[in-house]
Amino acid sequence: MTTPKLTEVSYQIRRFDPERDAAPHWEVYRIPYAPGMTVLEGLWKVKELRSPTLAWRSSCRMGVCGSCGMLINGKPRLACNTQIAELESETVVVAPLPNFDIVRDLVPELAPMFATHQALMPYVIREDVEEREHPTNEFYQSAHELEHYLQFTYCIKCGCCMAACPTFATDALYSGPMPLGQAHRYNSDTRDGGFAARKQVLADEPGPWRCHYAGECSRVCPKGVDPAKAIQLMKRELVLDYLRLHKKKCPAKVAVKPTEAKRRDNIPEAPPRTV
Amino acid sequence: MMRDQKLWTWHLAAGVVILFFLGMHMTVMHLNTVVVLKGLNPAGGHPIDWTNVVARARSGFFMVTYVVLLGAALFHGLYGLRNILFELDPARWLKRAISGLLLGGGLGLFVIGTWAAIVARSM
Repeated sequence: MTTPKLTEVSYQIRRFDPERDAAPHWEVYRIPYAPGMTVLEGLWKVKELRSPTLAWRSSCRMGVCGSCGMLINGKPRLACNTQIAELESETVVVAPLPNFDIVRDLVPELAPMFATHQALMPYVIREDVEEREHPTNEFYQSAHELEHYLQFTYCIKCGCCMAACPTFATDALYSGPMPLGQAHRYNSDTRDGGFAARKQVLADEPGPWRCHYAGECSRVCPKGVDPAKAIQLMKRELVLDYLRLHKKKCPAKVAVKPTEAKRRDNIPEAPPRTV
Repeated sequence: MMRDQKLWTWHLAAGVVILFFLGMHMTVMHLNTVVVLKGLNPAGGHPIDWTNVVARARSGFFMVTYVVLLGAALFHGLYGLRNILFELDPARWLKRAISGLLLGGGLGLFVIGTWAAIVARSM
């Protein structure tokens, strides 16, 4: 038996306009379906054909900017990165990301998340401010050192992990997986010397202590980042720091440019330019 | 500042202590036929025979283990309870009251338990 070809799809969307509505409500729209259509493209169709007032955030359409995080069929995902076909349902249920206030329709208020992110100093901190601000060369970092934190740099701050986290949903003091994961990303960067500065915040209540390790953040991350792991690694570093076993790292030095390098004899010259 | 880092580290340490002493409890009380340790079960027979209970109570080694286990279990359990209560996001004054109550209650129970362990030596 073959599956009947889908020609139309239903969008069940949670709508909320704070200027008109007392509470969010659901509305259903039927739109034409084309193979390969993403949830984001469907939302554009809804806007064009059914409801021009529908609001959401989106930008890059290729899973890079992190703007279009929303709750799609019960799971936080990127609308641009989710094909309707992969949902295996004729109805696409779309709601704003949970655990955030709603600005309007599918637009969550992400400002508190970014305020927490900023408070954990997600940038390279070094004592040699002059070199940081006006670099003379690269800071040396080996490929092995890069591996320690590389996956955490893939975070696009879409907020899906925050929406999936059961602790963030219930514990007002918890910073959430994204800011904590990013704090760990910089703590693990060999070019950074800001562990002591970040510790002033992390070692207290906003730190990783409240994580229950449900692991939902890592399960839903559209970029394959593992914030739950970052939080556990951060706990370990802070415990070792309390026990005075944490290795104090000297931030990577500026790489020295080779001055007396010689070309090896067995490497042939490049062929002459043809253009 | 940095209170949670300190408390969490002690919480982990208390967990390790509990694991060790509960392992010892299991060995002495429930695995007595498998692991025969004469010193821990001096009168032979069942570990909860009166003569064995008295012999352990009089032992300085057991007194120390009881006190350490009591301290570790109280800290581990009450810190966990404090975390659960704090997740309900109480007001600042209520947090202080909870911390004070748990600290006072914990210390009280520790003093009673320690006193009992010391007094039991003269049985």
